[in-house]
Amino acid sequence: MGLENIIAEALPEVLTTRLDSLINWARKSSLWPATFGLACCAIEMMNATSARNDLARFGSEVFRASPRQADVMIVSGRVSRKMAPVLRRIYDQMPEPKWVISMGACATSGGVFDNYAIVQGVDKIVPVDVYIPGCPPRPEMLIHAVMMLQDKVMKESVRDRKDVNVEEAREAVPPGTLPGSGISATNEAAAQQQSRPYTIASRHERRRSS
Amino acid sequence: MSKEPESQQGPEQAATTESSTPTPSPLVAALQHENAVWVADVIEAFGELTVIVPREHIVNACRFLKTATGWEFNMLADICGVDRGPEEEPRFEVNYHLFSTTRHHRVRLKVVLNETDAHVESVTGVWRTANWHERETFDMFGVIFDGHPDLRRILLPDDWEGHALRKDFPLRGYEPYSLT
Amino acid sequence: MSSTVNIPPQFEVIDRPLDTQMTISFGPQHPSTHGVLRLEMVLDGEMIVRATPDIGYLHTGMEKLFEYKKWQQGIVITDRMDYLNPLGNNLCYVMAVEKLLGIEIPERAQTIRVLMCELQRIASHMVWLGTHALDIGAMTVFFYCFREREKILNLIEAASGGRMTPSYFRIGGLMMDLPAGFERRLKQFIAGFPGSVKEFHTLLSGNTIFQKRTQGVGYISAEDAIDWGLTGPVLRGSGIEIDVRRTNPYSSYETYDFDIPTEQGCDVWARYMVRMRELNESLKIVEQALARLRPGPIKADAPKVVLPDREAMKTHMDALIHHFLIVAEGFDVPAGEIYHPIEGSKGELGCYVKSDGGPKPARVHFRGPSFINLSALPQMAEGEMVADVVAIIGSLDIVLGEIDR
Repeated sequence: MGLENIIAEALPEVLTTRLDSLINWARKSSLWPATFGLACCAIEMMNATSARNDLARFGSEVFRASPRQADVMIVSGRVSRKMAPVLRRIYDQMPEPKWVISMGACATSGGVFDNYAIVQGVDKIVPVDVYIPGCPPRPEMLIHAVMMLQDKVMKESVRDRKDVNVEEAREAVPPGTLPGSGISATNEAAAQQQSRPYTIASRHERRRSS
Repeated sequence: MSKEPESQQGPEQAATTESSTPTPSPLVAALQHENAVWVADVIEAFGELTVIVPREHIVNACRFLKTATGWEFNMLADICGVDRGPEEEPRFEVNYHLFSTTRHHRVRLKVVLNETDAHVESVTGVWRTANWHERETFDMFGVIFDGHPDLRRILLPDDWEGHALRKDFPLRGYEPYSLT
Repeated sequence: MSSTVNIPPQFEVIDRPLDTQMTISFGPQHPSTHGVLRLEMVLDGEMIVRATPDIGYLHTGMEKLFEYKKWQQGIVITDRMDYLNPLGNNLCYVMAVEKLLGIEIPERAQTIRVLMCELQRIASHMVWLGTHALDIGAMTVFFYCFREREKILNLIEAASGGRMTPSYFRIGGLMMDLPAGFERRLKQFIAGFPGSVKEFHTLLSGNTIFQKRTQGVGYISAEDAIDWGLTGPVLRGSGIEIDVRRTNPYSSYETYDFDIPTEQGCDVWARYMVRMRELNESLKIVEQALARLRPGPIKADAPKVVLPDREAMKTHMDALIHHFLIVAEGFDVPAGEIYHPIEGSKGELGCYVKSDGGPKPARVHFRGPSFINLSALPQMAEGEMVADVVAIIGSLDIVLGEIDR
């Protein structure tokens, strides 16, 4: 305290604070979500931005279509096995710092859909910061989750959130070239193959032949 | 609900045909009049008419019903497969729900298929809407629609194993999902 | 759309095909796909050569799940199918099962069903209008639409306890009667809604940009529409007057006075106008249903199928036994199969139910109107500009939960 007081007296125009507090305060005040509407919850997510609920009051209304510009991914709805690799890739495309809100029972645990098609909880694919119960949760619950996330952001340290350079789908396409017909499709297929070992062709064939 | 075609609209006279079904409806009579082998069996229950068609005749029967005066089933409302269970033989059913936008009546055509030979001729040439219906039925039941222009999986990933709506496919799949 | 402006030759649009085609993947994560639809588009410059939908990213395995749930538990699953029109799904499934059971529904329950379904249709169209306009670039409409939708959701919540997943209709009637004060709140809504429709028209219908973006885009002729099996506003936008409420009436829809709006344009604009006029027609039906609400039973007289009242359970032994049996073991439904179509907010919503006589269905299949309507997208999108695909998808009013099921 002593140092702070001395500085404040000597240099009244200088404000001292912890770097973490300042950065976290900036981060939490504008959490931009990625538009990642999956199912029923997506409608309630849209509702949260509409006039009655107005998520803008908490600095979180700017839904970005591109994951590159987003801070928080709101997984709103059930994640199917076909969607799971896509979801992971979108998460990988988001720059640090990034957070995930798992909205609704389906995203959190599979919900009522305990079957072959649905991933039983999105936390099997991406790390989740806040879970919201409900099927679907009310917009108020989403707002509450955003505020909980803001509290969590305030407790973090800048050092926790470093952008690790994960290899992404982007690197295969040299800058300046047009995404040709073959390139994107094969990448997609390769990425899906890579991230989905339960579909290894050999075992596949074995089961089909038996 | 008038599921059944109204009797006065049948062009053919129901009385002239000899039918094995207890209450031959005009539609069945018309089908039998056109080609007697098209009708394998007729079920009338809950106000709906079901005609079981041998699988090799389904396309011809559909083509006839689509244009026949008095019937004009010009819209294919739905195709859905049914699995009766692995112990049943014939195991699979394919139901064609037909609807007429001019006469507003409906009928269900049914094809039964054996498990070992689950092939049926595609009706995409009759109604283009059959395309996705047949792909879905193939995806879920493994029924092969011969002559389909693009028969591949539609709902499940291309590399999925098994057919999900078969009765012997476990509800939770063969193994739990994991990314690694 | 004929342009009246004389374009100098050097600025004329090059309409000869380029020698390279480009494939781009549109979706599954894209704000204008209304969920997780993916389109594989082959482009020639900005013109679409081929657009192939790739669906299944929201495949939920519902039809499989039905076979493992008791008959009455299936209602919950239907809520999550077309999540913009859950009451319509409830009704479709419930009525199909009731047909197999041969249960007659009391008049009050039928009237409430009609009333709630039409409210739900308006709510569904509100989401369609808001997102459709948002896709094309008009953001304001979205807020107006969700304001109105919120009022309807409040009414549905008052009646059923759930905003989006009400499960209000049960096999043999309703979950419970309308709450006190419902009619007053509904009257408030009815009084205010026509003004809101005028607002939407002011915001969009006279908007030149919106007209240019929609008129003549996504053409599909009447013959093609029937061939593709399109139903609902998409078919009516091509000039065919088909509405299941009229052709195969259910829930005593034949006793209501309403028009079936049709348009001859066959384009996005025509579908827009059909839905906008449907808002008023639905409101008309709601008014009529409200006027004929009379006190009466809301559950059919079928003690083995319908849950008894709470009061009866506390006083009658047999009611308690029935309650226990229905909840613990379910009820048997006679063997047979039914295809029951209703007019959902997006078209003909059909439910195929097959029973083998047990407490669980042998097969439940839904004919989702979005599924069929989307299958015609390649034809509508061919030759259009890439930006128009968004308008066409919006005009089809697809819901991926229903397409992928």
